[in-house]
Amino acid sequence: MTKGTYRRVMTAGAMLAAGLFAAGAAQAQQTFKIGIVTFLSGQAAESFGVPAWNGGKVLIDELNKGAAPAPYNKVGFGGLKIEPVVIDENGGATKQVQELRNLYQRDNVDFVIGYVGSGDCLAVAPAAEELKRLLILYDCGTPRIFEDAKYDYVFRTAATGTMDNVALARYLKNSNVKIEKFSMINQDYAWGHDSRSDFIGAMSSLYPNAKPEADLLPAFGSGQYGTEVSALMRTGSTVVHSSLWGGDLQAFILQSAPRGLFKKATVVLSAADHAVPPLGDKMPEGAIIGARGAYGLMAPKSALNDWFWKIYQDAYKVYPVQAPYRMVQSILGVKSAIEKAMEKNGGKKPTNEEIAAALRGHEWDSPGGRIRMVNGNGHQAIQDIAIGKTKWNAATKSMEIVDIQRFPAECVNAPAGQKGQDWLKAGMPGAKC
Amino acid sequence: MSRNLHSTLLYSAALVALLLAGLMLPQWLLFLLTMAASHGVVGLGLIVMMRGGVVSFGQGLVFAIGGYVAGLAATRYGVTDAVVLVLLGSAAAAIAGAIAGPLLARYRSIFFAMLTLALSMVLYGILVKSSAVGGSDGFNVPRPSLLGFSINETNSDYAFFALSSVIATVLTLLVTIYCRSSRGLLSLAIRDNELRVEYLGTSVRAAMAINFIIAAALGGAGGALTVISLGHIDPNFSYWTRSGEFVFMAILAGHASAPAVFLASLLLELVRSFSNKYFPDTWQLALGLFLLLIILFLPKGVGSLWAKPERLPRQAAEKAKQAAARNATEAAE
Repeated sequence: MTKGTYRRVMTAGAMLAAGLFAAGAAQAQQTFKIGIVTFLSGQAAESFGVPAWNGGKVLIDELNKGAAPAPYNKVGFGGLKIEPVVIDENGGATKQVQELRNLYQRDNVDFVIGYVGSGDCLAVAPAAEELKRLLILYDCGTPRIFEDAKYDYVFRTAATGTMDNVALARYLKNSNVKIEKFSMINQDYAWGHDSRSDFIGAMSSLYPNAKPEADLLPAFGSGQYGTEVSALMRTGSTVVHSSLWGGDLQAFILQSAPRGLFKKATVVLSAADHAVPPLGDKMPEGAIIGARGAYGLMAPKSALNDWFWKIYQDAYKVYPVQAPYRMVQSILGVKSAIEKAMEKNGGKKPTNEEIAAALRGHEWDSPGGRIRMVNGNGHQAIQDIAIGKTKWNAATKSMEIVDIQRFPAECVNAPAGQKGQDWLKAGMPGAKC
Repeated sequence: MSRNLHSTLLYSAALVALLLAGLMLPQWLLFLLTMAASHGVVGLGLIVMMRGGVVSFGQGLVFAIGGYVAGLAATRYGVTDAVVLVLLGSAAAAIAGAIAGPLLARYRSIFFAMLTLALSMVLYGILVKSSAVGGSDGFNVPRPSLLGFSINETNSDYAFFALSSVIATVLTLLVTIYCRSSRGLLSLAIRDNELRVEYLGTSVRAAMAINFIIAAALGGAGGALTVISLGHIDPNFSYWTRSGEFVFMAILAGHASAPAVFLASLLLELVRSFSNKYFPDTWQLALGLFLLLIILFLPKGVGSLWAKPERLPRQAAEKAKQAAARNATEAAE
């Protein structure tokens, strides 16, 4: 071997090694691996978990193709393709903490978007914070996450449940519904209890003379409401409030509507939009319903919403309701924060801290309107909400939502730094409607 | 006592090996092992009861009591030491066991199982309605310190792993020694023939109540350990599916060997975690198939792979009788 050949071989080897190294480095930079945790089995799968991930799936496909409308038209997250790892949320909070750690430490995901259950959210938030890894909560409603603790790495991209019940009370007030007595039926677990006390709190300042009458707390997942409907029919209440969802909500509607509950009283349902497509013409007319945001049939008109509506309907032959909207607003929020962070750091894949800094106090447009991370030190989103009334359209054979009223975020959410319950007790001071 | 000394040395060596191995294991596995050890301690209690011939379908009761007491002591009363929290949780559960145990000790088989299940579900119902302790959402528990050392983000996985390994090893050793004691061997006799044990002059009820209290103390320790390393507790700790998991863990382990319950617990955690990862839509199916295969092919539990179940007195007696009869016929011939 001559000296020249030797040098050439060495150079080629060095170049190859450098190339491999660069390829390896590029490999690590090429994608954003994200963990998605949502109900794929159990009671919340059909109404929340599965449609939410359906929404996330079509969106991620479009984002990876770079086919989303501006300002979301960059491929993936800031040019890096998105690679989702999906995990089932069913199985209790203990399992969620374990699987969250596995996602971070074993599967090396960049961050996790997930959690519908309030108990799950409360349990996983400290685990993510301890590992200094990003966690984006997309759905759960409990106000306790950022009201009781401070986090640097945990964000929630949707408003808390307080908004839903305040908006219902405001809708009743704006529509001049006379109320002397009202009744409530909520599930006997944290979501039902919180919704119930939020509604009572909002009513006490908007309708100081209205008295709560029947206050029913059937077990979660009970499915049989004969006794409860009888109790509600016996009351003299003109308004019946409920935060039931999923199968429980459908069962309650199917069992109470034939007995005339919806004719006797104005029924206000805080999260019922997702029951409208499956119930079809069995959904009673004149029910006042919320969607936990300006979602689905009540979403504000925008190019982004039309686009999302179309890709979702093309893929699943049904229109999107609250859960896919929430998943999508979460993914778009992170995407815009990542791209903001990449503008700052010169286009490198941002670190957890850089993404967290960009997401803190961030604002972005989603199909459900503008989302602003205002509360909880910039970690908790507030958003506008819409409430409407069901009406059957015989011509198109579809249930429509009419008389929609929109409430700006500051009108129905507690101001930054104040607990929802305290704000309601004080009579909702500082609400900008 | 030499057998116990032998076990003590063996367990200590195993513990040292485990603690050294822990230094090289990835963090996710450390956490999984911590959970497996914490749940295994509860299963250990079930094995103590199963030796007496009863199965509790409500171990979630003491698991939750231990967890809630440890959690509340940490959040409301400022108790920060992990070992103290585990002792508190265990003591509280033992007290609950001492109240329920004597009442339940009269019942056997399905009645015992149903009563324990009922008690755990009563606690579940109360916890779900108690908004002071977070209702169905539960509450978070801050990270404790360990024997005066503070635990931070970087060493917490190993610290909790070490704590649960030490506690699990000590408790397993104690249970092994108890099972070999005359009091412990009595459980086997009770399972075999209660009436005869009574005629021998021992109170069966007292023995069963003591087993129940021991199991409760172990369950409480397991609950407290789980809460400390998990940082969260909710009423699901007392839900019947949770109790069912413990029963399955005990069946998977078999009662031939106390350490087998930890292997069973680890297997269960691993299968659940990986089936959850690879079959997110059908992980329950994968878990169910695994359970089915174990029951079909290892009906006496994984412990039967290396340990023989202690021979029951009656079987021994019958064998002796048969041998005597054989000798008699042989002599007659």
